[in-house]
Amino acid sequence: MMSEKFPPAGLSRAAADIRVRKRLVSGERSFELNISFSLQPGITILFGASGAGKSTLLECIAGLITPDEGRIVFADRTIFDSEEKISLPSQKRRIGYVFQDLALFPHLNVLENIQYGIRNLRGKERERTAQAIAESFRITKLLHHNPSQISGGERQRVALARALAVDPCILLLDEPLTALDVPTKSAMMDDLRAWNAAHKIPVLYVAHNRDEVFALGEQVVVLDEGRKIAQGTPHAVMTVPRQEKIAQLAGFENIFNATVIATNEARGTMSCRVGETNVDQTSVNQPSVDIETPLVHAEAGAKLRVGISAGDILLATAKPSGISAQNILPGKLIAMTQQDVILTATVDIGIRLAVHLTLAARDSLGLRPGSDVWLIVKTHSCHLMAE
Amino acid sequence: MDWQAFFLTIRLAMLVSVILLVAGLPIAYWVAYSRWRWKFLLESVVALPIVLPPTVLGFYLLVALGPRSPVGRWWLEVTGHTLAFTFWGLVIGSVIYSLPFAVQPFAAAFHTVDRRLLAASATLGASKFSTFRRVIIPLSIPGLVTGFVLSFAHTLGEFGVVLMIGGNIAGVTRTVSIEIYDQVEAFNYSAANHIALVLLIVSFVLLSFVYGINRNSGAVWPWK
Repeated sequence: MMSEKFPPAGLSRAAADIRVRKRLVSGERSFELNISFSLQPGITILFGASGAGKSTLLECIAGLITPDEGRIVFADRTIFDSEEKISLPSQKRRIGYVFQDLALFPHLNVLENIQYGIRNLRGKERERTAQAIAESFRITKLLHHNPSQISGGERQRVALARALAVDPCILLLDEPLTALDVPTKSAMMDDLRAWNAAHKIPVLYVAHNRDEVFALGEQVVVLDEGRKIAQGTPHAVMTVPRQEKIAQLAGFENIFNATVIATNEARGTMSCRVGETNVDQTSVNQPSVDIETPLVHAEAGAKLRVGISAGDILLATAKPSGISAQNILPGKLIAMTQQDVILTATVDIGIRLAVHLTLAARDSLGLRPGSDVWLIVKTHSCHLMAE
Repeated sequence: MDWQAFFLTIRLAMLVSVILLVAGLPIAYWVAYSRWRWKFLLESVVALPIVLPPTVLGFYLLVALGPRSPVGRWWLEVTGHTLAFTFWGLVIGSVIYSLPFAVQPFAAAFHTVDRRLLAASATLGASKFSTFRRVIIPLSIPGLVTGFVLSFAHTLGEFGVVLMIGGNIAGVTRTVSIEIYDQVEAFNYSAANHIALVLLIVSFVLLSFVYGINRNSGAVWPWK
């Protein structure tokens, strides 16, 4: 029996072991991918900023580029080992690869695309395999269409069916940058999960959107500048404070020092004292304000940075009630500056925050410098970063 | 009008473009995909006939095909005659002379095939040859037709190389361009005009066809 060969569930050995080092040099810039991780059957999200090395990693696994050093093993099949000088060519690796731009063959119809990788099967069996995979991904009605005649979501299903028809050992899925709408995508991912319930292969899914990590992944590997900075369940990994970088800060008009006052594990939140200079629990002289933030892996007393986008802050002239936001902070409007049609209000709530308003909001609320206002900030609009 | 010269020319051009279609594909593949650092040298060799005076090319070919070169001597020993001043000598000369007109459109067409499609083909288990046959060739049809037609048209009108290595033997090496020259030499302007007009029209039709398929491969070319 097959099942006896494998250790019991939970202890199952890795479906893929991947260790890769690859240095890329272009002009004066150089980049090094240096990563080691294992994959279990099921969906693992590969997450990282653009330029973190996600595509390079997929290309190394697929054999489209050759790592300088490393070892790639699927189940017990070694497809790359720099020490033993093993490097199977792409066509022998049995990898399903859904490219970011899908790369469907434009001169072949949907059925021919799906059958591309299973030419070695006999006629009847090939038909049956293609039919079965087309049914799994609900594209049987499209089989005789050309890729140019079908929608983006359908094309992605075809690319998926084509990649899986060859019965691969691993599926590499590079999410297209042109976002599909959420229902379309989640329906497709449900079909992929259903297919994988029977096949149990590891799926490495490159996501560009933070929300997808929670929605799609059972596991997540976070890549930063070519290195793995975290691996685990989405919740455990994504709540780790991120490294503060210029690029990430670019989006936040309000950045402050924050000190964790208390954590509330059960509610998934914590309290932070926020100030323009370094504040801590004992400092009462320096201006500061306490806010509720999402829970990250940090002890009370830990020093972090918090970023709040000016567009994420609501402004009210009276204290709102019956509202979900937890941070409702009284303050005084100090100044307003207008850039084109966006008005930036500076509000003093102990610390000074920039708040984006529309001209209509200013007029209907009758705002002027000196007005008493309330700021409303959702817990999840407070982005924590490591100091 | 001398139909003998006309059909000889058509036969020559047809043979040459078929040979170039077969021989040009691997060369063009190599030109399009090789990452060899000295590749540009071989690309220059392939392109030489575009800039070289046909007499220069013809002269070296004549030497190479004649009994003084090892190749010519070997051919003489095997067959008992030299390749110079024969139809097959003309074929060899024309193949070399028209090489860039086949290879360059082929290579340009291969080059525009999206690399992602080649990567996709490889991950789906296809060998390099299989990818060439099943992806690169079908997506390069307009370029292949262009190369075929251009090498045909170019061979149709060649003069210098033919004169150098083929001479002017009726039914063997006398092509239409030689025929025109002959008629003009003999002050038969009317006969020269007839042949020249045919060559002009044929060339125009062929080139229109080439530009037509490259403007919109779907418009003139019936299949996708």
